[in-house]
Amino acid sequence: MCLGVPGKVIEVAGNVATVDFWGVRRQVQLDVVDEPVAPGDYILNHVGFAIRRIPESEIAETLALYEQLITQAEQDDLMAEDVRNEIAGARGDRRAVD
Amino acid sequence: MPSTDRDPALFELKFRDPARARALVEALGRRTAELGRTPVSVMHVCGSHEQAIAKFGLRSTFPRGLNVIMGPGCPVCITDAPEVDEGVVLARQGVHIATYGDMVRVPGTSMSLADAQADGAKIHVIYSAAQVVELAQSTSDQVVFFATGFETTAVATAAIVLGGLPSNLSILSAHKYIPPAMEIVAEVPETKVEGFLAAGHAATITGSAVFEPFVARHHVPVVVAGFEPLDILAGLVKLVELIRDRTPQVVNMFPRCVTRAGNLRAQEQLWKVFRPTGGRWRGIAHVPNGNLRLRDEFRSIDARRRFTIDLASLWDHAPAALAQSCICGDIMAGLSSPTDCKLFGQECTPEKPVGACMVSSEGACKIWHEYGGHPDLGGDA
Ligand code: SF4
Ligand code: SF4
Repeated sequence: MCLGVPGKVIEVAGNVATVDFWGVRRQVQLDVVDEPVAPGDYILNHVGFAIRRIPESEIAETLALYEQLITQAEQDDLMAEDVRNEIAGARGDRRAVD
Repeated sequence: MPSTDRDPALFELKFRDPARARALVEALGRRTAELGRTPVSVMHVCGSHEQAIAKFGLRSTFPRGLNVIMGPGCPVCITDAPEVDEGVVLARQGVHIATYGDMVRVPGTSMSLADAQADGAKIHVIYSAAQVVELAQSTSDQVVFFATGFETTAVATAAIVLGGLPSNLSILSAHKYIPPAMEIVAEVPETKVEGFLAAGHAATITGSAVFEPFVARHHVPVVVAGFEPLDILAGLVKLVELIRDRTPQVVNMFPRCVTRAGNLRAQEQLWKVFRPTGGRWRGIAHVPNGNLRLRDEFRSIDARRRFTIDLASLWDHAPAALAQSCICGDIMAGLSSPTDCKLFGQECTPEKPVGACMVSSEGACKIWHEYGGHPDLGGDA
């Protein structure tokens, strides 16, 4: 029951937002979220209440943190070649491929 | 930014990317080897972490020598039998009881809310606190919200209370507050937990700073982590790194939701409505400041004051004998695994749970039962 699920805001009417969770739409209360929420924003929903507006910049920041751990490990020593290639491939970023 | 980036599916898939996951699994293996000793035990305090670990098969990728153990992560699991009993007594007095799904089947001393329902009690499963208000508006009968869950859920209860409740609605608070429970676990000498993976959702409310005094007192690192596979793997890599470097700190690996200060608006609402008091958590112990009770200003909507709750009236139902063998407490303190329980998968199943851990989809026993009993720990990553 503590599952927090991210969803995308479709519509805001007063204190209630309509939010899309993987194609399922639900009403979410905005009583406790600490920033204004607008259509297009992502929110973290918890038992029907938005507890956080998830800023796009911080999604990028989270990914950058992981990227840093991965690169650090790469430098430390030998990450399997195929794993590195796979990451580069997934990024669509051929530069990184040795 | 291409429009596909804003698609919810893609949003989550970024945190499930298999190539990055493999790289993090490698990094985790390397970090653990760098410790130069085994085993090292870390604990997560969130059922949702265990569920993600099971669902994405992460446990089999953990390096040998790294024990990732489950702590008291489930408010359903740690709601003590007498708290369930309070709900059952009220239900048997004829009031409507509304609560979150998993709570209905958690055994009390002699019966669960589901058992009471089979006896004719009016039990309602709700998904959101907002639905409780609607329920109360639809009837002239008394409605009691059996409010369970950690701080994340308690803020929703606080919000409806501050919004003003219909006069026939009252609150039976069994809400819990996580940080004090971590203190208890850190002090159990047998567990030897060297680091904690803190629950990202609770920290979204409280902020990561809430763990700083804990780290200063116990000299163990705390990493705040989210619930996607990459969140968990990256959190563990960071945690082992902090253990290796003997740098007990709080590190926030879930910045897309968690800030140092947390959600101040939610905290204000939470503490306006609730005060922390000591109380028992099922199977664990008395946890100082671990229970959230309504403040005196809200006495008029406190079900414990509006009704007489006489637990002795339950004694015409015999307590379940099997429950004596349930070792949920040891499991949540990190001392045992579900398979150590002799009732696991035999007398105790998700269909007929004996203990609380077999009820919730984030309960340790239920997860291990659902995903094939003992997860494969023999991975050689
Ligand atoms: S089982 Fe549910 S309710 Fe329990 S912690 Fe967990 S997520 Fe939350
Ligand atoms: S298997 Fe059942 S009885 Fe045993 S510890 Fe888990 S919940 Fe309790």
